[in-house]
Amino acid sequence: MSDAEPVKSIVTPTRLAYEYTATGTQARFLDEISRGRILGQRCPACHKVYVPARAVCPRCGVATTEPVEVPGRGTVTTFCVVRVPSENIHLKLPFVAAHILLDGADIPFFGLVGDCEASEVRMGMRVEAVWAPRETWGPTLANIRHFRPSGEPDVAFEKFKEHL
Amino acid sequence: MREVAVVSFAQTPYVRRERGRSEVEMLLPVIGQAIERSGIPKSEIGFTCSGSSDYIAGQAFAFVSAVDALGAWPPISESHVEMDGAWALYEAWVKIQCGHADSALVFAFGRASMGTLPETLTMQLDPYTLQPLGVDAVSLAALQARALLDAGLCTERDMAEVAMRSRRDAKRNAFAQLKGDYEVAKILSEPHLISPLRKHDCPPISDGAAAVVIAAGDLARSKCRRPAWIRGIDHRIEPHQPGFRDLTVSPSTTLAAHKAGAASAPLDLAELHAPFTHQELILRRALALPAAVRINPSGGPLAANPMMAAGLVRIGEAAQRIHDRDAGRALAHATQGHCLQQNLVCVLEGE
Repeated sequence: MSDAEPVKSIVTPTRLAYEYTATGTQARFLDEISRGRILGQRCPACHKVYVPARAVCPRCGVATTEPVEVPGRGTVTTFCVVRVPSENIHLKLPFVAAHILLDGADIPFFGLVGDCEASEVRMGMRVEAVWAPRETWGPTLANIRHFRPSGEPDVAFEKFKEHL
Repeated sequence: MREVAVVSFAQTPYVRRERGRSEVEMLLPVIGQAIERSGIPKSEIGFTCSGSSDYIAGQAFAFVSAVDALGAWPPISESHVEMDGAWALYEAWVKIQCGHADSALVFAFGRASMGTLPETLTMQLDPYTLQPLGVDAVSLAALQARALLDAGLCTERDMAEVAMRSRRDAKRNAFAQLKGDYEVAKILSEPHLISPLRKHDCPPISDGAAAVVIAAGDLARSKCRRPAWIRGIDHRIEPHQPGFRDLTVSPSTTLAAHKAGAASAPLDLAELHAPFTHQELILRRALALPAAVRINPSGGPLAANPMMAAGLVRIGEAAQRIHDRDAGRALAHATQGHCLQQNLVCVLEGE
């Protein structure tokens, strides 16, 4: 014992496997996105539209049953410039991760902004979805590669300040 | 001490694998039913506490999404325990004792089917010596059963009788997952799963959710025809390392029951959170339960074992029987950790 080097660290690998089953509303959202449609749901009580569809209105605590399709077009409400590389992200550094309020939705949707300089992205900027080639679509948000500037005029802060 | 009672209980049917609904979708109707049955408007419930595990969901902060089911606007006073919902109920009870609320919603949920539960539970062990060995929950329970048999404190037949009675009683429980008539001799003729445990000695893996509303004094009296008063509630813990414990006994259960005043009057029934058959035998001895006390009329965790909710369900089931005048005084027990490491005892009584 006395001759042994003291143990200073050990490595104990841990791995847990999960079989995730998309259920109910989430499965319907994934079905729709695999057909190139973005599914939201309207709350029957406060009439807000949630995208992606999320089964329950977190404000009212009631089931959201009415489906609402929203376009892949919206307004950047807030964003950050990412300078750290990340797996599975095809955009070159620096890129922009943004909250995008899709037209007709009441809650922003997470998306990457590309096809422009990061320094050009601003609050209120109009963007549109760049879809992956149709033949590659599956039940995944990866069908939307990123968003790009649509060229429409910026939206005034007053119009989206409730959705930050 | 303030008087606090369980005034309502609701639960999902338990299934091996919930394919149709997410956690939030399972919770929404259950929370709605518990609140409706309590008669207390949602906006007047003073505190909300939930129990669940992100390891079960396989997702960091998975418990936060459950808050969607509450409609937490305007903002509510809310908390979460990474434990069985019975401990969430304990936190809510303390909140009411402190005068910070007069009523509370408590809920618990899990979809254990997404992972490999016995291995997921390995994550509860210490990460230096036991976790790397990969010793799983069923193997540890088997070691405990072996110790009990070797000490002459039970037989494999005693264990089979617990399985037989649990699944037979579960036939009257619409929510139970595993039920039916089994013969002890036939159970004993089956091979061991992990010796000395047979499949029948082990709980099913269950997906499901449950919710309870508790309320203080006059509020409980005004809303519930027969409130299930919490006369005592206490929880105690034993060493984390199973090797430091005598696995054939449960001193933490004995102490919790003593502190909760379990023995101060006769009990009609006990709902015991004993996932494995031999653990019921340990608990019965630790609680010194007389033969007249009905054990797990719901079928208990051997009939449905929704991980993170099964302890809260014991309290709900015991309270329900008091609400229904099926029992006057009942004991509910919940456990956490491997081999009955931590135990909670709640004594409920009707007026």
